[in-house]
Amino acid sequence: MDRNADLAARLNRMGMVKSLGMRVEQDHAGLIAHLPFQDDLIGNFTIQALHGGAIGAFLELTAMAEVILKTEGGIQPKTINLTIDYLRQGRARDLHARARITKLGRRIASVRAEAWQENESEPVAALTAHFLIGTEEAADSTRTADP
Amino acid sequence: MRDNMHLMTQMTPWARKLGFRVTRIERAHVWGVQPWSADFSGDPDTGVIHGGVITSFLDNLSGMACGAALEQFRAVATLDLRIDYMRPADQGRDIIGEAHCYHLTRTIAFTHAWAYHESRDKVIATASAAFAINKIRAPSSAGSF
Repeated sequence: MDRNADLAARLNRMGMVKSLGMRVEQDHAGLIAHLPFQDDLIGNFTIQALHGGAIGAFLELTAMAEVILKTEGGIQPKTINLTIDYLRQGRARDLHARARITKLGRRIASVRAEAWQENESEPVAALTAHFLIGTEEAADSTRTADP
Repeated sequence: MRDNMHLMTQMTPWARKLGFRVTRIERAHVWGVQPWSADFSGDPDTGVIHGGVITSFLDNLSGMACGAALEQFRAVATLDLRIDYMRPADQGRDIIGEAHCYHLTRTIAFTHAWAYHESRDKVIATASAAFAINKIRAPSSAGSF
């Protein structure tokens, strides 16, 4: 329970988490993230569709939250890259997401995440991402030097 | 399209919230600027802007680059988007975005995009995406694919 409170506190220190209005909680299946609908999240006014970037940001943060939870005491995970598949139109209602770590290495975590609205089996978008993790020292040694 | 450039992001609530705007449009090519803001930080210790801002910015510009490549207006929907982060954005500095629609078929548009402070020689992030070009149909069904 303390761990969840700690995770929420770490997430809420990120301006982006607050600006999106997302929150995370634990349920029977693990960590679940919620993005309550607000007008600001709309990308296409005519068809009332959520902005792909808002969905992407939410998925990236959900994946990041899962990594923070599984790497206690580690650095703030840094995104190396990500791919988002947009599978269905995001409608003007709440969005939910879960992430799963497919490989947790010493320096790199591979993560998948999916976001849905009514039905978890009908995802709106799916993300694959890599994060730089580990201790401060390890992170420094993997950072590429500027030419 | 060029005449309405400043209105384009004003009509998109999420773009308006993030505060980015389009600065230049050429055929198949769009440029924009995303001002730095603490509201969208991703790392509380450094104040570095969250990747989600760059995802939103480059996704939006890439979609517009498709619009700027098409002969007539058609709605486009992102199929997939890949972002590679090369280096963190500097705290307090505007981010320049640039998107290019480099290939069109009848149904799909392919794009590349870049985010940087000064020039493409030193990028913060690159993106590549594919967009579905929606058929012209009744407004009630627009946007589905």
